[in-house]
Amino acid sequence: MSAYPQLDFSYFPGCSMATTAAESNASMMKAAKILGLNLIELEDWNCCGSSSAQTLCKDLSLGMAARNLSLADPGRPLVAMCPRCLLYLRRAQEALRKNPDIRQDLEDRWGRTIPLDLEIMHFLEVLVRFAADRLKQSVKRSLKGLKFVPYYGCTVFRPPDLDREKFYQGEMENILHVLGAEPIVGAYTHRCCGSFLSATDPEIVTPLVNEIVDSAVLAQAHCLVTACAMCQLNLEIRCNSKVKLPVFHFSEVLALALGAEDYEGWFIRHLVDPRPLLQDLALVA
Amino acid sequence: MKPSPSQEETDVPMPPIKPGERDRSLAAEVRQRSGANFNRCFQCRSCGNGCPFVQAMDYPPNVLLRMLQYGMDQAVLESKTIWVCVGCHTCSSQCPMAIDLAGIMDVLRLAAMERGVRIAKPYIPDFHEEVLRSLKRYGRAHKLGIMWRYKLQTRRLFSDMDTGLKMLAKRKLELQPSRVKAIKEIEDLFQCYWRKSK
Repeated sequence: MSAYPQLDFSYFPGCSMATTAAESNASMMKAAKILGLNLIELEDWNCCGSSSAQTLCKDLSLGMAARNLSLADPGRPLVAMCPRCLLYLRRAQEALRKNPDIRQDLEDRWGRTIPLDLEIMHFLEVLVRFAADRLKQSVKRSLKGLKFVPYYGCTVFRPPDLDREKFYQGEMENILHVLGAEPIVGAYTHRCCGSFLSATDPEIVTPLVNEIVDSAVLAQAHCLVTACAMCQLNLEIRCNSKVKLPVFHFSEVLALALGAEDYEGWFIRHLVDPRPLLQDLALVA
Repeated sequence: MKPSPSQEETDVPMPPIKPGERDRSLAAEVRQRSGANFNRCFQCRSCGNGCPFVQAMDYPPNVLLRMLQYGMDQAVLESKTIWVCVGCHTCSSQCPMAIDLAGIMDVLRLAAMERGVRIAKPYIPDFHEEVLRSLKRYGRAHKLGIMWRYKLQTRRLFSDMDTGLKMLAKRKLELQPSRVKAIKEIEDLFQCYWRKSK
């Protein structure tokens, strides 16, 4: 149980967090619980529409994301961990603010209101805004000695249509530094991992992923820490460089530092086993 | 002044482009739908130089903009470039004239689908179609089903098999899809007139 008064948030997992990156979801939930952040999953959420709806049909993309907004309790912020989900949810809200007719149509169809003032934020922002003090007080396992490249991928703060919104550059370093880890500069931190081309054109993606991982090796990092579940997967499955580094979900490293003990279940799902590294640093037994 | 020999050698005959006589309806449509004014482009090539995917493209983004200005609509819509772009926004954030190139690519892909032109990388929209089929049926992406049907449809069942097996072994691909209960609400959103009905 948490030592802190509980703070409530709505939580949108999205398809990756619910399946391929279940280890990211589990570790985030664990960390949130320790910090007293109560993430309440949106009842009957659907896919945000992802790049596929965005590519083939704008109305569909808007509708899919908007339905999730209509399920959210206007009384508490909506949190996402997947950067693309976050992007499509925020974009939809922005579009509905500008198009009251579409919003009215969707609201009539579903019989629910779509909260336009709902705050939609990344889990990183929750930590920094609501749990900064709690983080410092809750370190159970210092990450001292862990040299990591913060890998944000392309989406967390890039999109120009949201460039007046908040962005999250530097937050992973800030948080993990508080927990004892050492951020490494000089490697690729925002270069795109290849996104869905990993499924359709792996031969395009492999050299890109190798560049990213090689840059981290050159910078003498032990590992990469990602803010995006899809990046984590692509960096692992598409890298064929000689030296492969473990790629952590941000939430895994966070939960580890906060004293989580159920990490075995997360790490066996990695293609590059991070346990030898963590054992070398005496972070896990 | 006489042209230098090197200039003469590279002087390949090109069909004359008379910008004044060109129909620039696509350019106008793209400006309107994307909200990006690409007439600000002065061909500095920042977009192409920073693009992680430029090597897999037939034209770098800056060239595509110029083709659009020249009214070379069909060549633009039939380019590989628009499909190789995943919308990572590197170009948009690097452009010194703040042109949202990724937003332009988005509109070009939609225009290509709407006009039914030849698609230079047909299996990329095929993949997106498979994802949408999964979304229509379950409301969420069932990745194993998507990859299986995509590979069957594009007859590439055995390519990249080891990756799929690794993902299965690590239980990263769920066997059973997760479903939205109010699936009718999702189905009703699928109203794209040009989509293949399946």
